[in-house]
Amino acid sequence: MRRLSRSLSPRLLLIVSGLIFGALASLLVRWGNPDNMGFCAACFLRDITGALGLHRAEPAQYIRPELLGLVLGSFIAAFSFREFRTRGGSSPLVRFLLGALMMTGALVFLGCPARALLRLAGGDLNGITALTGLVSGAFLGIVLLRRGFNLGRSAAMPAPAGWLAPSFTVILLLFAIFTPFFIFSSVAGPGSLHPALWVSLIVGLAVGLLAQRTRMCFVGGWRDVVLIRDFHLFSIIAAFFVGALVTNFALGQVGHWGFSDQPIAHDEHLWNFFSMALVGLAATLLGGCPLRQMVLSGQGDTDAAVTVLGMMAGAAASHNFGLAASAKGVTTFGAWAVGLGLAMALAVGLLMKERRQT
Amino acid sequence: MVVIDARGLSCPIPVVRTKEAIDANAKTPLAVLVESEVSRDNVSRLAASRGYSVKVERIEDGFRLMLSPPE
Repeated sequence: MRRLSRSLSPRLLLIVSGLIFGALASLLVRWGNPDNMGFCAACFLRDITGALGLHRAEPAQYIRPELLGLVLGSFIAAFSFREFRTRGGSSPLVRFLLGALMMTGALVFLGCPARALLRLAGGDLNGITALTGLVSGAFLGIVLLRRGFNLGRSAAMPAPAGWLAPSFTVILLLFAIFTPFFIFSSVAGPGSLHPALWVSLIVGLAVGLLAQRTRMCFVGGWRDVVLIRDFHLFSIIAAFFVGALVTNFALGQVGHWGFSDQPIAHDEHLWNFFSMALVGLAATLLGGCPLRQMVLSGQGDTDAAVTVLGMMAGAAASHNFGLAASAKGVTTFGAWAVGLGLAMALAVGLLMKERRQT
Repeated sequence: MVVIDARGLSCPIPVVRTKEAIDANAKTPLAVLVESEVSRDNVSRLAASRGYSVKVERIEDGFRLMLSPPE
């Protein structure tokens, strides 16, 4: 029993990590990030996609150093604790598709599961609609997991494959530092709002270290509560919310409580619910939220890296094809994309099964 | 002894498989093979919450968890 308790991360570490991350997310707004968007895995990856010119939404183009730090922090933590292992081969193309669908959903709501909490901690009650949708989608995913959904086993691969994602991240960091002519940078809008590069990078590194060690996941926490009544991962989510809320109050960053006129948000309840249901479903099938996929990419999981590429493709498609929502509301195509996305994720969940051996 | 080979399966499938096995084979010891530290911890936590005692052994490509049911 003692050996068991030693092998488990103590609950206190999780709570402290969640509080630190929540406080840092709130501080990042003070230091320059857009309101209620101190840290957002989906929005920031969308901004990076735009900075590379893969979509041309001019207000959403910036290489967000937070995410580069996240991947590199995870890489450093995994390496230091001998958890870096190159793996892959578990239905990469299906993961690419689910990653793209997950991003499409997040960009209709305007935030990843972590930003849903940050929006709520800033007074935006649409966060509640979104979290209800997220948990509903995760519940659907759990039903599919119980029916035997499985993307197949991953296998060990030669180490260099696992180094690719951290290497790409370093190249992106060089692009962020030297901004060569082909990198786009917003001059107005959310993409133009950010702290100094080194501030974002250091916070990202710290979050990456914490996230790798605690296995933080903003869908897994909800999933485990429903699936096995386990509050282990949920304690990070709760602490993250409390940390952001308290820091927002301390900094006077809590806006007005309500649904309308919230920063970088719309109040179309139906689509806030269903878009995040899509995110919850896709993330449960993938085994982790957008943030977790990036952390896994840093520790040698090439399937997670393919998922992140899928998310970037989803971000490009969302803006190039007019699917992404804006403060003005959801587009017609965006609503269709959420409906079709749910149907596609459901089909994946029903059709992908591994032959049971045990 | 029921053996569950959950190596290479992504989170949370090792936990789902172990839970099914616990529900279907009460009072039977289980051996669960997992690959990552994450799965090791998750399965251990589930087993401990059901009153199982857990012994972890390192194997070549991961861990073997020996779960013994409560007396």
